[in-house]
Amino acid sequence: MNRLLPVALACLAAGPALAQNDCAAGHTISEGTLTIATGNPAYSPWVLNDDPASGEGFEAAVAYAVAAEMGFAPDQVSWVRTSFDQAIQPGAKDFDLNMQQFSITPERDRMVDFSEPYYSSAMAVLTRASVVEAEDLSPDLDSLKGLLWGADANTTALPVLMALISPERDPRLYGDNTDVTAAMKAGQIDAALFDLPTALYLAAVALDDGVILGQFPSERSENPDRFGMLMPEGSALKPCVDAAITTLRENGTLAELEVKWLQDATGVPVID
Amino acid sequence: MGLLDLQGVTKSFGDTPVIRGIDLAIDEGSLTCLIGASGSGKSTLLRIMNLLEPIDEGAVLLDGQDISQPGLDPQPIRQRIGIVFQSYNLFPHMTAAENVMLAPRRIKHLSRAELQAPVTALFDRFGLTDRMDRYPDQLSGGQQQRVAILRALAMQPQIMLFDEITSALDPELVGEVLDVLRQLRDDGMTMVLATHEMGFARALADRVCFLDQGRIAEEGRPAQVFGNPRHERTRAFLHRVL
Amino acid sequence: MRHTSQTRREIFETRQRRRANLLAAGSTAAVLLALVLLVPRAPGWDAVQRAFFDGQIFLDTLPGLARAFVLDVAIFAWCAPLIALLGLAAAIARGIRRPALTPLRLAAIAYIDIFRGLPVILVIYLVGFGIPGLGLPRPWNSPYLWGSVALVLVYSAYVAEVIRSGIESIHECQRAAALSLGLSEAHVMRDVILPQAVRRVVPANMNLLIALQKDVALLSFIGPVEIFRQAGVYKSLLANFTPYVGAALIFLAVTIPATRYADHLLARQQRARS
Ligand SMILES: Nc1ncnc2c1ncn2[C@@H]1O[C@H](COP(=O)(O)OP(=O)(O)OP(=O)(O)O)[C@@H](O)[C@H]1O
Ligand SMILES: [Mg+2]
Repeated sequence: MNRLLPVALACLAAGPALAQNDCAAGHTISEGTLTIATGNPAYSPWVLNDDPASGEGFEAAVAYAVAAEMGFAPDQVSWVRTSFDQAIQPGAKDFDLNMQQFSITPERDRMVDFSEPYYSSAMAVLTRASVVEAEDLSPDLDSLKGLLWGADANTTALPVLMALISPERDPRLYGDNTDVTAAMKAGQIDAALFDLPTALYLAAVALDDGVILGQFPSERSENPDRFGMLMPEGSALKPCVDAAITTLRENGTLAELEVKWLQDATGVPVID
Repeated sequence: MGLLDLQGVTKSFGDTPVIRGIDLAIDEGSLTCLIGASGSGKSTLLRIMNLLEPIDEGAVLLDGQDISQPGLDPQPIRQRIGIVFQSYNLFPHMTAAENVMLAPRRIKHLSRAELQAPVTALFDRFGLTDRMDRYPDQLSGGQQQRVAILRALAMQPQIMLFDEITSALDPELVGEVLDVLRQLRDDGMTMVLATHEMGFARALADRVCFLDQGRIAEEGRPAQVFGNPRHERTRAFLHRVL
Repeated sequence: MRHTSQTRREIFETRQRRRANLLAAGSTAAVLLALVLLVPRAPGWDAVQRAFFDGQIFLDTLPGLARAFVLDVAIFAWCAPLIALLGLAAAIARGIRRPALTPLRLAAIAYIDIFRGLPVILVIYLVGFGIPGLGLPRPWNSPYLWGSVALVLVYSAYVAEVIRSGIESIHECQRAAALSLGLSEAHVMRDVILPQAVRRVVPANMNLLIALQKDVALLSFIGPVEIFRQAGVYKSLLANFTPYVGAALIFLAVTIPATRYADHLLARQQRARS
């Protein structure tokens, strides 16, 4: 029961009343319910406490806002968990929308459908104070090239890393955030590239002496890291989802949710 | 006192007494045959002499030295007492010559080259020259058993123990192995032989011991033990096997 | 006459053999035909084909995968000899009879029991992140180093058990014969027992080597970009599983010949024993 309160709050934040809109009718995997997938586990700040149904965390809040736009009340939203692999595997899916910081790329778009982006992220360099001190690091490309880099293998961080920094030594890759930070603590890598919100979260929570050395603003990179909701290729739901996200962007809701759930990144230096 | 003396030796496996007080003196240069029913303790007695089995009570003396006291390093003793088993037990991953050379190489630190001449001579003497480079599974049972004897001889032991070395052989191969024993006897080797070959024991042994349930029930010259056994049990045994 | 013309029995057997061959060929062809004809008719085949068997993606990613596979081979190449040595040492320590060395024997037993019982991936995490986390400086905290240590620890425990089973399969008489010559325990082990024991367990160890070749991929969890991690990267970027198929094919190209060779050794050994 106490769960309903935050959910209701999230809905209020999402804007005015639930627009009764039937563009999704007949297109969801179970009638009258919007099934949304998140990761297992789901990470902060995207979903707080690994509990998407609370509506807390940026993606959880956006999910309820989008659902509301599409005509689904909070109690008509149901959550499932998938890995990245389950999200892209062929065959019947058990979700309508899959939301776990999937970057939109043309290559991925050939295999699955993406919604309009709901967030555009800068890429940020996560490192440790001890490394900054030892290597006398400054937020410029030259001092970054010589570092030993790591990244989450399942993200688009690797191509960005290679394109923007092109480190001297081959980067090391890991299966998830936890392993990247474990390698950092073990001194096996100096720095890792993440989307800015994730980097901020990890610097604050996962590492004792985590530092954001700097960011590459999204508009600067060739392929800005834009997150979209993933749908099965040819999903009939796409126009409906796109319309909802466009509305939320235009009426300022997305910006409000960013302010509410994502840490303030002002002050993070820009790398040039 | 003999070269090898057993004095009041007893040995049990768990609760089962197997050797129940044996006194036996092996004279230098003599051939002693141990006969007796299966399970009477012949093999165990030989293994005791080679220190492969520890004893419970009594003593085993080699040249007057008590070799049965616990804690004694058995290696130098075993080098002086060779033993050959019923089942040959050649090392299957080595050729016949390598089998024979192993102990001198490791213990006397002789090289293969140094050993080549004496080992070849040994093979020559027992008619095995052309078998030196064969592996055990390429040899007949009789040849394998003869190589096993050479292997024990290579350390130039003072005493040789033989445990039913012809029992696993086809009858037509028994002769060639017994010939080796004859040769050794003529060389004056001290030998103890557990055997079912009554004919051989009768013809060549200096002394025959009849083992019965872990005791020496009767001993004497072969003519006496075989021709005129004093004990009823000896008579019954001989009656069964002859 | 017997030599030039066939006996009735031979004619019968030839006919039987021909019939059996025909049947085998026929049934194999039928199964293959069914697979080729029926699978593509399944309603999801198009999607499956696009996700797993995209020809262009296959060709584009194969060179990168092959380059990453070199790392698998290298890790395998430096782990295998170390595993042989440590496995042998543990097997020998496990079999020590001398009372004074009982602690060594107990240590070997504990080591073998523990590392055989743990999932490889857990050991890789523990050793690969844990030990460097104690504060080792570079290059001594390398994931290659500690990942390899983890593999060596786990696989040596398996190899030790295999060698021990080989040692125990050598008949006690071989030991007695060697001891009776006056050889020391160490020489008996080195010259008589081990050469026979190790030879006997070659096929079992070959199987372990093949398993090792596959488990090398687990090192990717702690950073090294070997073939399966590389395939995962391609998969993630392209949202397509075809790179895994490429990686699997590269693996099979190595493991199938190795498996056949192990079987061949096993068969030869069984022939030799019978
Ligand atoms: N290692 C052992 N553990 C327990 N009992 C044993 C052992 N070795 C021998 N025995 C027992 O000791 C007794 C004597 O055995 P041994 O082999 O000395 O007899 P043997 O006279 O050589 O017989 P055979 O003519 O059959 O060779 C037998 O009852 C046997 O079962
Ligand atoms: Mg016996």
